[in-house]
Amino acid sequence: MEIILNGALRSIENNFSIENLIKESGLIGKYAIEVNRNIIPKSQYASTKIKSGDKIEIVQAIGGG
Amino acid sequence: MATNSTDKFSLAGISYTSRLLIGTGKYKNIEETRSAIENSEAEIVTVAIRRANIGQDNKEHNLLDVISPDKYTILPNTAGCYDAGSAIRTCQLARELLDGHSLVKLEVLADEKTLFPDVTETLKAAKKLVADGFNVMVYTTDDPIIAKQLEEIGCVSVMPLAAPIGSGLGVQNTYNIRTIVENASVPIIVDAGVGTASDAAIAMELGCDGVLMNTAIAEAKDPILMASAMKKAIQAGREAYLAGRMPKRAYASASSPIDGRFL
Repeated sequence: MEIILNGALRSIENNFSIENLIKESGLIGKYAIEVNRNIIPKSQYASTKIKSGDKIEIVQAIGGG
Repeated sequence: MATNSTDKFSLAGISYTSRLLIGTGKYKNIEETRSAIENSEAEIVTVAIRRANIGQDNKEHNLLDVISPDKYTILPNTAGCYDAGSAIRTCQLARELLDGHSLVKLEVLADEKTLFPDVTETLKAAKKLVADGFNVMVYTTDDPIIAKQLEEIGCVSVMPLAAPIGSGLGVQNTYNIRTIVENASVPIIVDAGVGTASDAAIAMELGCDGVLMNTAIAEAKDPILMASAMKKAIQAGREAYLAGRMPKRAYASASSPIDGRFL
């Protein structure tokens, strides 16, 4: 199925959870995740299933003033 | 006499010795960022919240690995937000990212050319964030009335600009900054616009509790040396403020005694 991840179209397996997506994306360090503008707490990464067409934002801290 | 170790200021219940707050943008690389921060002896360090670079090299250093939240107070900003809603959303993501850390730097911008704050959107966002339990340090114009209103909303610090972000022009309106300081009962931190050490010292001599800067250090020819210069300027300006400067006079006043002259 297809989702929009950080503004770009991306294909993932059906029945993927947020946790699966994180592992597949090779994310490291601290980040926060929104699905369709709702923040997903870290404790719910494994239980949150991704649906086709979901808009997911994964953000992290970068250099800024 | 106040010394560096006893002259502290407090933000959201935590006391800080360093009155220099620094940004982490515009450095050549993460090593330079790390060295500049270390040399500045800053305790509060700002970061921006942006989309993760998915598929990045896992060996690449993450900013928060270098600037550890265990060692520094991380101050996420809402830079790049042009309305209250975006700024609030950014703060909420930052709080989740930093495991519930609620200190944020709110900035809602109005215009790309000047990067001046949109004061009406800033007031709106500040109200909502304070109600949602955030400790808000707020970037604003050097308008004393707005500064007081932001304090009354419940912001933990009000941060008027010295001059436009990244301009390096120094404090443009010393009268307004002084008035803001006089009226305030929360820390006033000049945020944005300082260019060199004397600019930072002037802000501190006006009685500000601290100065937040990024470009003045990051765009210096030698950022690591400038970080050290800024640290000293902030300390010197603070001590001069506490010491109380001599009055200005129109004419000379001899330093050597008149009595006892033998010529």
